[in-house]
Amino acid sequence: MAKITLDNLAHSYFPAPKSEDDFALKELNHVWDDGAAYALLGSSGCGKSTLLNIISGLLHPSQGRILFGDKDVTDAPTAERNIAQVFQFPVVYDTMTVRDNLAFPLRNRGRDETYVAERVQEIARMIGMEEMLNKKARGLTADAKQKISLGRGMVRKDVNALLFDEPLTVIDPHMKWELRTQLKKLHHDFGHTMIYVTHDQTEALTFADKVVVMYDGRVVQIGTPEELFERPEHTFVGYFIGSPGMNVIPAQIDGNKALISGAHVDLAQAYQPLDGKVEIGVRPEFVRLSQTEGLPVKVRRVEDVGRHKIIRAEFFGHDINIIAGEDDHISADMNRVAFDANHVNVYANDWRVQGAVA
Amino acid sequence: MEKTVNQKAWFLVLPVLLLVAFSAVIPLMTVVNYSVQDTFGNNQFFWAGLEWFEEMLASERMWDALGRQLLFSLIILAIEVPLGIFVALNMPKSGFWSSLCLVLMSLPLLIPWNVVGTIWQIFGRVDIGLLGYTLDALGINYNYTQDTLAAWITIVVMDVWHWTSLVALLAFAGLKSIPDAYYQAAKIDQASRWKVFRYIELPKMAGVLMIAVLLRFMDSFMIYTEPFVVTGGGPGNATTMLSIDLVKMALGQFDLGPAAAFSLMYFLVILLVSWVFYTVMTTLEKRET
Repeated sequence: MAKITLDNLAHSYFPAPKSEDDFALKELNHVWDDGAAYALLGSSGCGKSTLLNIISGLLHPSQGRILFGDKDVTDAPTAERNIAQVFQFPVVYDTMTVRDNLAFPLRNRGRDETYVAERVQEIARMIGMEEMLNKKARGLTADAKQKISLGRGMVRKDVNALLFDEPLTVIDPHMKWELRTQLKKLHHDFGHTMIYVTHDQTEALTFADKVVVMYDGRVVQIGTPEELFERPEHTFVGYFIGSPGMNVIPAQIDGNKALISGAHVDLAQAYQPLDGKVEIGVRPEFVRLSQTEGLPVKVRRVEDVGRHKIIRAEFFGHDINIIAGEDDHISADMNRVAFDANHVNVYANDWRVQGAVA
Repeated sequence: MEKTVNQKAWFLVLPVLLLVAFSAVIPLMTVVNYSVQDTFGNNQFFWAGLEWFEEMLASERMWDALGRQLLFSLIILAIEVPLGIFVALNMPKSGFWSSLCLVLMSLPLLIPWNVVGTIWQIFGRVDIGLLGYTLDALGINYNYTQDTLAAWITIVVMDVWHWTSLVALLAFAGLKSIPDAYYQAAKIDQASRWKVFRYIELPKMAGVLMIAVLLRFMDSFMIYTEPFVVTGGGPGNATTMLSIDLVKMALGQFDLGPAAAFSLMYFLVILLVSWVFYTVMTTLEKRET
């Protein structure tokens, strides 16, 4: 086990990248702490699988270095890196039994048979496939196959890191939850460094200690689930995480006030004059519908999703979402909104701007 | 709901029935007709019963031809299948070179059988053929018109040249269908090259390989044109395959009765072998699911 350092790393699928747009993964410096559980979160094509494949050595980066501990492994082949990886679609060796599938990585490394048998039994219990050990892998259902893939990833104890590339895509929802719990437990018990790629925010937020959010080949924020919720560093983080995502409204900033079509919203901090595209972002959780306070709004519809209500409204020509408690009364004359000043973030060209205490 | 009864619907199957009758049933029945009768021309037929079948089954000539035929099919399968897999494994997987390989390899498949025969007939000639002349100049005694071994080597090499591409193309299609993740997983599992072949590539190719074996078996079992053009079945009867023998008997000697019995049995052997293949393939598939 080791910490993994990415030093000036970038990757382009073009042999001679001309502009930054040619890079699938833009320059990145980051240290993955030993024994932490990370989630790499982002929409499809944002470069998260590219990053994962560079770490596992399936791809050679166009520039930069990767270090495992203090050792530079940039040019080391996959086998030497001693990592385990689980792919999006199940990879099983069809002609082998479930037992041989699980034993395969150990046998290839010449471990002795008693150890292999013991370890296979242990993993089989963990993934709940003890009864199927002697069955051929072909003919099993997709989720059984994926459990074998997961098992094969976890069978070695001494791996530097465990990488998961959207491993639960093909698994049934209830099984998903169970396997995720298993993975968390495994992480807790053995303390492997784990990197889990997903585009599902629930998966990311429940699995990881730290979530790495990627957008357009760039890491836009690394933080705990709480940090991502409270202070999204980038508007993408704001609307990608949360259900519904953060409201982003174009505004002008004047000291500690935001002006939206002439109306003003109080901010908790004061800001220097900003250039470019200026927006404020506020999560629906921090917007209140009211009869008297705040600015005028036109409510379009109210959705009751069980735990709370989501109000879809129009605010100076922009869509805005508001979350109200399940028991909150909503009446027709509630046509104003108020923002919680402490939770209004200011963005210039999509990046969060830090203000000074007013 | 009331079922409509309309016997005129039978007319709809008439075209197919006619087509099949003229293309298969009537010619086949003609052969059956010949096989159980004797004729001396003038459209005079005499009932012979199973006499021709008995004669053919007792004839050493037919058994020899069948033996040569089986030997030939087994040799070319034993060479073409592994060689085809080997070629497919070493082909570039994508890009310009991959396309070029595919085109080059398809070329032999596009050449008409008798042209293939002519090419090799000339190629192997000691007086003007590049291969024959070179071998002769090197002091190797090679003459496919006189030496049985040389004749066999020539037609086997010719068949390998002509048909290995088919196996390679089918195997290549099987290989292409393997997702990258399998190879990546194998790398991570530290599987050796042999294990990658044994546990990933071979199982994924199994289906197409069965088809390749079946096609190559049937085709080689019915081979006629190429050896006929190269050796004419000689020297002696050394390369007289079943179909060559059949033609000699039917058109050369005009023994229509025995030839008809012969061809019916020939047909049944191919049918039997194909059925065995089909059964094996379907049971394998069933075991998979």
